[in-house]
Amino acid sequence: MKEQHEHNLVLILARGLASSIATPMFLVDPEGTLVYYNEPAEAIFGESYAEAGELSPDEWGTRFSPEDPNTGEQLGAQALPLSVALAEKKPDHRLLTITGRDGKRRMIAVTAFPLFARTNEFVGGVAIFWEAGEA
Amino acid sequence: MRARIWGCRGSLASPGPETVRYGGNTSCVELRTSDDSLIILDAGTGIRPLGLTLLGELPRTIHIFLTHLHLDHLEGLGFFSPLWESEVDLHIWGPPSPVRTLERRIARYLSPPLFPIHLQDIPSRPTFHDVPDDEWKIGTAVIRARPISHRGPTVGYRISENGQSLAYIPDHEPALGIDLRAVEPEWVSGHGVAHDARVLLHDAQYTEDEYPRRVGWGHSSVAHVATFAEICSVQQLVMFHHDPLHTDDQLEVLLSRARELWGGGSAGPVLAHEGMELDLS
Repeated sequence: MKEQHEHNLVLILARGLASSIATPMFLVDPEGTLVYYNEPAEAIFGESYAEAGELSPDEWGTRFSPEDPNTGEQLGAQALPLSVALAEKKPDHRLLTITGRDGKRRMIAVTAFPLFARTNEFVGGVAIFWEAGEA
Repeated sequence: MRARIWGCRGSLASPGPETVRYGGNTSCVELRTSDDSLIILDAGTGIRPLGLTLLGELPRTIHIFLTHLHLDHLEGLGFFSPLWESEVDLHIWGPPSPVRTLERRIARYLSPPLFPIHLQDIPSRPTFHDVPDDEWKIGTAVIRARPISHRGPTVGYRISENGQSLAYIPDHEPALGIDLRAVEPEWVSGHGVAHDARVLLHDAQYTEDEYPRRVGWGHSSVAHVATFAEICSVQQLVMFHHDPLHTDDQLEVLLSRARELWGGGSAGPVLAHEGMELDLS
């Protein structure tokens, strides 16, 4: 019997939550592939999810040119809270400066955490974020 | 594969003159595969009369698939006659929980003070199984269980044999937080269970007017189930888990609405009723 692909229920419910809230939210699958971000996130990224589409961790990790707001140093994908949450299976938080696809620089606070289904199966991760002041 | 419905009422058994055409017993469906394996979907009050018909077949192996442990899907188990026969090889399958085993969760109901006998003292000594992530076989049937959107750990079942599939999702709110028509099918809860099924037995508890006051309760409006069935390209939708407050006449109004909305397979929606038989051979 051929199995039809379906996302894990936890990801489906997380997407439902993301599409219902005003907090910017970013959702990845267990491989770290970006599978959705909501409209409030689109306003910060300067690009709709429909335009961006599914992105690998390396692609989304560098797409918005993240920098350390204190040093101005460019940050690699591995330094982002969501990458830490996925790699270490624990929550992470930090301040970042990003440059949206609209060319605007914004300082954002990001909190990321891994998602586990009921049987403790790792099914992906979530990042929520908000503008934290002028970049 | 053949199916017979023994109970299709949701939430609470509702016997009486106003529910006599579609029945008042809660969820229970008997499924026989071509090699006569016996699978029972849920253990609502409909399992009591089913159990009486099985006494002449004992000893035999019986598999009970529980979608979840809300009482309307479990309350008949203690009154299932084969449970009390030691020669029955009884297997009970259900959704896993990170906190307690299936046996311990069911024992909360099958023990005093809610029930007079302890589960451990039941003669058939059932074997309990968490449903696996992968497909598994019972006789000639291939089974798939997947978590679906409802309150608490809940799965839907897909039973396939000889290229025909029956999908059973009696309690389901796939439209919670999303517009079913605005997302790709892989983002719809239950799609992995129901896609291309010959028959889908699915929650159709509410009218479109009732649903807004019950968002998040874990059930579907008639519009949601019609859309879900269409997205999943099912051939036959069987509307299931009737609201205990809905009379037979009200259910038929709901059916008319489902037929207005129907854009799916040629068979069109029907209402589940006690005694209904479905032949998938």
